[in-house]
Amino acid sequence: MAKAELKQDATEARIATLDMPKGGKWIAAARADALARLRAMGLPARRDEYWRYTRPDTLTQADAPAAALFDGKERPVFDSVDRLRIVFVDGVFDAASSDDLTMSGVEIERLESASGADIHWAKDLYGVLEARGQKPVDRPLAVLNSAFATDGVLIRVTGKAAKPVSLIYTHASESSDAILHHVVKLEKGAELTLLENGPAAARFNKVLEVEVADGARFHHIRAQGRDHERRAATHVFARLGTESQFKSFTLTVNGVLTRNEAVIELTGDDAVAHIAGAAMGDGAFHHDDTVFITHDAVNCESRQVFKKVLRNGAVGVFQGKILVKEGAQKTDGYQISQSLLLDGDSQFLAKPELEIYADDVACSHGSTSGAIDMDALYYLRSRGVPRKEATDLLVLSFLAEAVDEIEDEGLREEIVSRLTGWLDRRGG
Amino acid sequence: MLEIKNLHVKLEAEDKAILKGVDLVIEPGKVHAIMGPNGSGKSTLSYVLSGRDGYEVTEGEATLDGVDILEMEPEERAAAGLFLAFQYPVEIPGVGNMTFLRTAVNAQRKARGQDEMSAADFLKVIREKAKTLQIDADMLKRPVNVGFSGGEKKRNEILQMAMLEPKMCILDETDSGLDVDAMKLVSDGVNALRDAGRSFLVITHYQRLLDHIKPDVVHIMADGRIIKTGGPDLALEVEKNGYADLLAEAGAA
Ligand SMILES: Nc1ncnc2c1ncn2[C@@H]1O[C@H](COP(=O)(O)OP(=O)(O)OP(=O)(O)O)[C@@H](O)[C@H]1O
Ligand SMILES: [Mg+2]
Repeated sequence: MAKAELKQDATEARIATLDMPKGGKWIAAARADALARLRAMGLPARRDEYWRYTRPDTLTQADAPAAALFDGKERPVFDSVDRLRIVFVDGVFDAASSDDLTMSGVEIERLESASGADIHWAKDLYGVLEARGQKPVDRPLAVLNSAFATDGVLIRVTGKAAKPVSLIYTHASESSDAILHHVVKLEKGAELTLLENGPAAARFNKVLEVEVADGARFHHIRAQGRDHERRAATHVFARLGTESQFKSFTLTVNGVLTRNEAVIELTGDDAVAHIAGAAMGDGAFHHDDTVFITHDAVNCESRQVFKKVLRNGAVGVFQGKILVKEGAQKTDGYQISQSLLLDGDSQFLAKPELEIYADDVACSHGSTSGAIDMDALYYLRSRGVPRKEATDLLVLSFLAEAVDEIEDEGLREEIVSRLTGWLDRRGG
Repeated sequence: MLEIKNLHVKLEAEDKAILKGVDLVIEPGKVHAIMGPNGSGKSTLSYVLSGRDGYEVTEGEATLDGVDILEMEPEERAAAGLFLAFQYPVEIPGVGNMTFLRTAVNAQRKARGQDEMSAADFLKVIREKAKTLQIDADMLKRPVNVGFSGGEKKRNEILQMAMLEPKMCILDETDSGLDVDAMKLVSDGVNALRDAGRSFLVITHYQRLLDHIKPDVVHIMADGRIIKTGGPDLALEVEKNGYADLLAEAGAA
């Protein structure tokens, strides 16, 4: 059989296992459109260039491979943060554990309840930003998500949110397969911090679409972790208006397979987009950050800072691209991806790319892979710091550039305590 | 305090002997200086004593207060009271100078079974000591040694020594890269630490430092051995005549 046919069969086989949720006019149209697009493009396959470093099969196969539940007793991240909690258990909204969804300056609705309407503000965004992000590279798992997502939240921010909105993803069933789709719209000058944490499901497919209007600010801090065998494919699609700000940080610890894609479009002048990630993997851990930033306006800034600490055969992947379109003058683009390999078994694969069609821009990118600096380790130890503690200090310092992208000190502390917790649980 | 007997050291990676039978005894409260031509093994001696990887002791021993230190981990030697001010202090991006020092002070206290120093106490002490070495608040906040000038790095070494209060201090060319005023600051810092229970081994090429930090004993090292030991006058002799006569004398002996 030809490759294309194989792909088509695999895609149809997956589609056959899914039920399209019922909904009103606007969402039904969006889902039908996504399904058609999915059929035309097919699910990712091993030979696809964009999946060269990460095997997609367990993300696309009909059933989710089982994932044991983490039995650690540690305090969940963000626990001490005053926030509005929205809980999903294996991808299903849990009203009893969630807070009341009202907060001044913010409208929050469940996708499930909003989709009953014939018309909704989210119509212009749901599956729309995702579809924009399909060029020049296909992202079929996001298309599948737009077609079949069973739940999620629609958040419209009209002012400065009083506190962060926190999406908590609990994992309760070893074989759960969750598909969630969230849409966030920040109106002009609005401000929101969105938190996400938790293992979510044995397999998790999540899309987050974010529209950041002129002068609005969006902060996103996410902690993916705990369950060792969990798998996740996540996408964030963001569109930025004039003088707007988008800042996203992701911490990933554990997880047999994680692919985080980010597609960010700077469409208004003077916009700022920062995206950062810190990943810590020990053993069966494959972590892929795939980022695509498009500069389509004047005097915008983008920063990509990705750091990975790998040991015992863990694998890290980074595919990052900055595209500067014609006319996007005065672009300031920065991209760094680095790995710290704590032993010889671990591996880091990086593909940094720049594509520039404007002449007055400053773009830089770099990628490195290295071991612990032995001179620094000796220096620390000669001052009395034991080997394990000294190594941990060097690991944290390696991650600092990424972690420092979190502006809020309290939230940064929460993330740092996750990092130190991970290090403490491991021997020297 | 420190007793080194017939110490032979070679490189781990290759068959190259660097120290070829060093004998040295430093009494409590004394200041010893080591001078000697480039490449004679002075830094190697300081590294081997502090526990750096890459060297193999093939013969001899070194004890601190009667305890063999050569089998100890570097951090254990530090906790036992040994300190090396590096000839080339290491830059550690991402680790704040203050965090580094606090971690070190508390790690040593912990190793000795003492309570950790409170953040407030630590801050008070470090501010005071930094001030006398003219290390400003900015240098305390910056990553360890990153972007520090040569002289700033050396002053930072002395600050660490002052905070850790070791009993055996080895200073490897702490004077190199210092301007006249910084030399005075650093020497004052060292002299302030002189104490009946604390000893110093000062490695230097120049008499200038020894004008400030007056040694009790001066050793000349050449080709991995101490070839001559004397009083402060020996340093003056080297300053005046160089090493040629001493080397010839040792060769003839
Ligand atoms: N890791 C190493 N690899 C190769 N050679 C080394 C190593 N460490 C020391 N050596 C050699 O050992 C000898 C002694 O070096 P050392 O640094 O101890 O000299 P020194 O007396 O401190 O010199 P200086 O006055 O220039 O600082 C030199 O020939 C040096 O090249
Ligand atoms: Mg030297």
